Amino acid sequence: MRPIHVLLADDDEDDRLFFTEAFEEIKIDTIIRTVNDGVELMNHLNQENIQIPNILFLDLNMPRKTGIDCLLEIKQLPHLQDMAIVIYSTSSSEKDIEDTFVQGANVYIKKPSDFNSLKKILEDVITINWQYQTSGLNRDNFMLSL
Amino acid sequence: MKLYLKFDSNVGLKKIMQEQLEKLQIKHEYLGFAEIEIEDTISSAQLGQLSSSLSNYGMEIIENQKSILVQKIKDTIIEMVYSEEKLPVSNSAYISDRLKQRYDYISAVFSEVTYTSIENFILLQKTERAKQLIITNELTFSEIAYMLNYSSAAHFSSQFKSVTGITPTAFQRIINARRKNSKV
Repeated sequence: MRPIHVLLADDDEDDRLFFTEAFEEIKIDTIIRTVNDGVELMNHLNQENIQIPNILFLDLNMPRKTGIDCLLEIKQLPHLQDMAIVIYSTSSSEKDIEDTFVQGANVYIKKPSDFNSLKKILEDVITINWQYQTSGLNRDNFMLSL
Repeated sequence: MKLYLKFDSNVGLKKIMQEQLEKLQIKHEYLGFAEIEIEDTISSAQLGQLSSSLSNYGMEIIENQKSILVQKIKDTIIEMVYSEEKLPVSNSAYISDRLKQRYDYISAVFSEVTYTSIENFILLQKTERAKQLIITNELTFSEIAYMLNYSSAAHFSSQFKSVTGITPTAFQRIINARRKNSKV
């Protein structure tokens, strides 16, 4: 099975490390790329000839350009419509969660504080996303809140 | 001095396979040429061991067979979930009958290839169908629950939420809000 291409946008270096290590331990093969904020993210995604990620993990709170602003821009770009978008945040307000889904996110994750919870969540997300990629499920309706 | 050999590859093949399977204590029946019927449940680990011992002899278990089987399983599940009939009482019996294979074997192969279980996949497909029905805005949740063989709207709602993390009501709200946004 070919590896899943994951792109991670987070301004916090510890969080980037936390996530990268968690991905390394899950059973599905992933190739991780990270960017340090929203501006870097959009610069990267707007290039031609990049490996379009299968799934993007986007921190909601970033300086320079927020996760929501990135989400809105991404939804306007035709070449990125097959990319699953996972938003994560410390917020657990139902309204915030619903709003991000309305704006087009596929998955919302409340940032867990321990490594094992994070690993489990990432494994669930990657596994379900894999089913969407391989089984003809409708990605527009792909919504998951963890 | 030179020795000249003549050999019957079928006999050699059969012998190797039997030896390797016996070594792993896997009950089997040789069906002819390169096909073997495994009679026990065989775990992914055992299959891995068998694969690697056979590879010493230049033999490979055709992985494609697994992918073919997995696709058949998925097709059967999709057909089951989307049929006009009510869903069967036992998913496992239905699938096992349709594919004419033991359920534990089917289950192991499915999990190995897809990284998820048949049960989870069925839930995902049911939820997918539920989403399509919700989007039409033409059915009540009770009607959808009945079509998908849930005992009540509450049971349907609770399973929907356990698969997706959001309620059917929230899902409907989100879809409607998205539609409204795209019309603006």
